[in-house]
Amino acid sequence: MNQTLDRPTASPAVGAHGDEALSLADVNAFYGESHILHGVELRVKRGELVTLLGRNGAGRSTTLKTIMNMVGSRSGSIKINGQETLGMKPHHIPRLGVGYCPEERGIFASLDVEENLLLPPTVRSGGMSLDDIYAMFPNLYERRRSQGTRLSGGEQQMLAMARILRTGAEILLLDEITEGLAPVINQKLAEVLITLKSRGMTIVLVEQNFRFAAPLADRHFVMEHGRIIETIEARDLDARREHLNSLLGV
Amino acid sequence: MTMIFGVPLAVFMGQLMLGLINGAFYALLSLGLAVIFGLLKIVNFAHGAQYMLGAFAALLGAQYLGINYWLALLLVPLVVGAFGALLERLVLRRIAHLDHLYGLLLTFGLALIFEGSLINLFGVSGASYPIPEALSGGIKLPFMFLPTYRGWVLVAALVVCLGTWFIIERTRLGAYLRAGTENPALMQAFGVNVPLLVTLTYGFGVALAAFAGVLAAPLYPVSPTMGSSLLIVVFAVVVIGGMGSILGAILTGLAMGLIEGLTKVYYPEAANTVIFLVMIMVLMLRPAGLFGKEA
Repeated sequence: MNQTLDRPTASPAVGAHGDEALSLADVNAFYGESHILHGVELRVKRGELVTLLGRNGAGRSTTLKTIMNMVGSRSGSIKINGQETLGMKPHHIPRLGVGYCPEERGIFASLDVEENLLLPPTVRSGGMSLDDIYAMFPNLYERRRSQGTRLSGGEQQMLAMARILRTGAEILLLDEITEGLAPVINQKLAEVLITLKSRGMTIVLVEQNFRFAAPLADRHFVMEHGRIIETIEARDLDARREHLNSLLGV
Repeated sequence: MTMIFGVPLAVFMGQLMLGLINGAFYALLSLGLAVIFGLLKIVNFAHGAQYMLGAFAALLGAQYLGINYWLALLLVPLVVGAFGALLERLVLRRIAHLDHLYGLLLTFGLALIFEGSLINLFGVSGASYPIPEALSGGIKLPFMFLPTYRGWVLVAALVVCLGTWFIIERTRLGAYLRAGTENPALMQAFGVNVPLLVTLTYGFGVALAAFAGVLAAPLYPVSPTMGSSLLIVVFAVVVIGGMGSILGAILTGLAMGLIEGLTKVYYPEAANTVIFLVMIMVLMLRPAGLFGKEA
């Protein structure tokens, strides 16, 4: 299933593929013999913020990992900025301008805060400078010499997000960024997402906290058993909230 | 005559210096093992054989190609390191997803193959490699006579050890290595070519062993079995220091050399076993090693 393609080209063919930043067609993913995703269809336009909603085990996090080629094997079609990535090696995918923030945050214990920030290689120009990042997250500046894993949960989450902003990534895949965090931190994260969206970034947000995600997103994709079963536009949200709640089991 | 605990100062200092030089070899070799174990999680049992290959490459290079010591010190680690990188790419990578035991057995098998092949070609009796002219003779210190070459070995080994520590702990490349040790999948998701990093790390660890081999060639008989006897002690050093700890490997290597040297002065019968006694004590009191992180 996974064949190796040549390195990605530096600039995507924007004109040829319209304004689609991400498109998944009939995507299947497997961990060993376990079939996790069953024909996922997903399209995200440039500059959009979309959410993947669903119950635990619905396949939301696996969808992000499948885009990053972090699963055992995958099939179908996954295009990033119009470029097919199915046969690409995992380390070539971020170079198309994709930043991934994992559910467990992935802060490196052996590195201090600033080393964690500087770790991901720059994938394209236009990323935020260290000064911009410290202005956005002042806590990180104050604790820049602390060991990464000694930060509070909220600070670790900010660090996990901040380090992909520095790389110049313009498509952000964010997995459960509010999990286990205090409301005041969630408020800060929401402000950051609004700022990033206003800068034209494309964001795919896997979220359990629907109240956090609802006011931010342009569209919501609801997943169940490894499939997208419903797409709800932000403008239809109020009318369909009851239906959505029943899907999510809220 | 000045005495220290009933031993003449010259004898005491001489053994201390010998211990420190042995310790420098322990440090260099355990450092290579620690670097490899850190990222690859492979207990590289071929390390002693790779040290021996370094010494043999220097010897054969001098005999057949006229390569002098200084050039050998530069070229041999590159060549043997490149061979190590090839070994990782073609052999070790195939078992990377299996239990660590498979890596240990595979590298043990490779060590036997290297050793057996060279015994077949050159026999077990060692050959000597001349001390380079610039480093012959010695320096008369107030308390002892220090052969220049032994002093050079100590300095060269310490510089390489500290340089390696600096690269791993203080540079961006080192940060990649440390982070790759913790979470290689996430490093790939950041765009770092982790398979290449793994290959280069193994090659570098092997190059360190080969460098130690070239340093050792003028001191010890160059024979196919020179690595296997040393490796057992080096593994004990790594266990004492803590698997995967860079600074631990260097400091423990030097300390164990010194302890061995001092034991030779006061109780020579125990000199060959003292490191293993320390290892047993450390395993009982602090199983993760003196510098290792407790699980």
